[in-house]
Amino acid sequence: MRLPATTSQTVGPFFDLGCAPLYRTELAGPGVSGERVSIQGRLLDGDGQGVPDAILEVWQADASGEYAQQAGLNSKAGENAFFGFGRIPTDADGNFRFSTIKPGSVSAPDGTRQAPHILVSVFARGLLTRLVTRIYFPEEPLNESDFVLRMIDAGRRGTLMAKSVSGRRELREWNVILQGTNETVFFDL
Amino acid sequence: MKANTQRLGCTHALNAILQVDGLGAPRESLSATYFRKVFERTRRELCGLAKEGMKDIARFMVSREAARRGMTEFKRYLRVLPGTQPDHLHPPYVSSRKRAPRKPLVHLPYTISEVTGPVFDPDLAKPGSFDLTRQHSGEPLGERIVVSGRVLDESNRPVPHTLIEIWQANAAGRYLHTVDRHNAPLDPNFTGCGQVFTDELGHYRLVTIRPGEYPWRNHYNAWRPAHIHFSLFGPAFATRLVTQMYFPGDPLLQSDPIFNCVSDEKARDRLVSVFDWESTIPEQALGYRFDIVLRGREATPMEA
Repeated sequence: MRLPATTSQTVGPFFDLGCAPLYRTELAGPGVSGERVSIQGRLLDGDGQGVPDAILEVWQADASGEYAQQAGLNSKAGENAFFGFGRIPTDADGNFRFSTIKPGSVSAPDGTRQAPHILVSVFARGLLTRLVTRIYFPEEPLNESDFVLRMIDAGRRGTLMAKSVSGRRELREWNVILQGTNETVFFDL
Repeated sequence: MKANTQRLGCTHALNAILQVDGLGAPRESLSATYFRKVFERTRRELCGLAKEGMKDIARFMVSREAARRGMTEFKRYLRVLPGTQPDHLHPPYVSSRKRAPRKPLVHLPYTISEVTGPVFDPDLAKPGSFDLTRQHSGEPLGERIVVSGRVLDESNRPVPHTLIEIWQANAAGRYLHTVDRHNAPLDPNFTGCGQVFTDELGHYRLVTIRPGEYPWRNHYNAWRPAHIHFSLFGPAFATRLVTQMYFPGDPLLQSDPIFNCVSDEKARDRLVSVFDWESTIPEQALGYRFDIVLRGREATPMEA
């Protein structure tokens, strides 16, 4: 007998109140190894307006492609262990920014390797359920064969790419467009 | 003549459908309107089934391909039960109109990325963070309540040691938040934020005050029913859930576009807590029970 999962409801406009204790925009402490990247962007609605009341939650593997599997983040989170979870609020103009390390490649269900990626949930007033998307890195050779990227129209794949800003690999721009012509690719999970 | 032929064709089709359904033969004389209605409904149902069927076939092919390559499949999570989860666009909820994506979502097969997720250490929650009535020097105004329940998965298994975050308005219907412009008073003894971890059997218990209803600007004279926001992680990225708990008998529920975002009435009813004598504390606080079900795994893991 299947118990149906509880219906999702919006976080509403006042989620700060409950969510702020877990805000975490610096994912990698000084002792964590890997290529450092800062990812910044804007969350935009169907009118191109910044969304000020939203949070992104990210989940990613470490530089060697391993996910943290054991209870990790605690009140005295370590500086050397990589936990892989971030919760990033947007500011009054819909801007967000977080810094982390580039994740390693993880396996795909078909036995191939997935291109390095970061999973993202978007929560906001107006979203009755979260939106799920992924961040990829345009320079990765594995993008060509990645089974998730290949399911997406070539013309829309770019919405998932964290592009270097002014040729700096450590600084990336990745925007989330909720609605419209250049709408970000969102997944049905 | 043509209409008559169509009607005869429909009678045969309808007959077949009704008999398959075990409903017996249709009434002798059926009006054209009735035909059209039944035909349209049947067509919609068949289209829905075909769509679901295609998804199943796609999933099966991915699994079979994995099996062929000798991969051992990891645990998969169940897909949403139709009617129980909201679409992104729900026009009566005005804020969804400019924020809901309009292009079709891309079906994402479960990979290691979605079946893993952050597991928080229970010492993350400060001691006493389950009791929102004792976070200040004085006691908050309002009716004290105990909210308790179990967190389960879709197979009725408890979800142990998982983090629950809650937030809510005070008894006057005001949030301690700069964006909240409702002119009801703030309560210096109430913040409205709590955290608790489930125990090994998935039980949790919170102490708070009953939140007030409050007006919002979705439509003329719009009021949100009393509610508490719940945020849960569960064991994987796939099990993440943010929801709202409501109170039994609230007359505002029927006109609330957020509560009414799904067609399945039973799904909506599960968002309403149940008054509970068992957790009621005599002379102190009324008890409400709210069980939460997180996305579950498929029953039979695939064999390599």
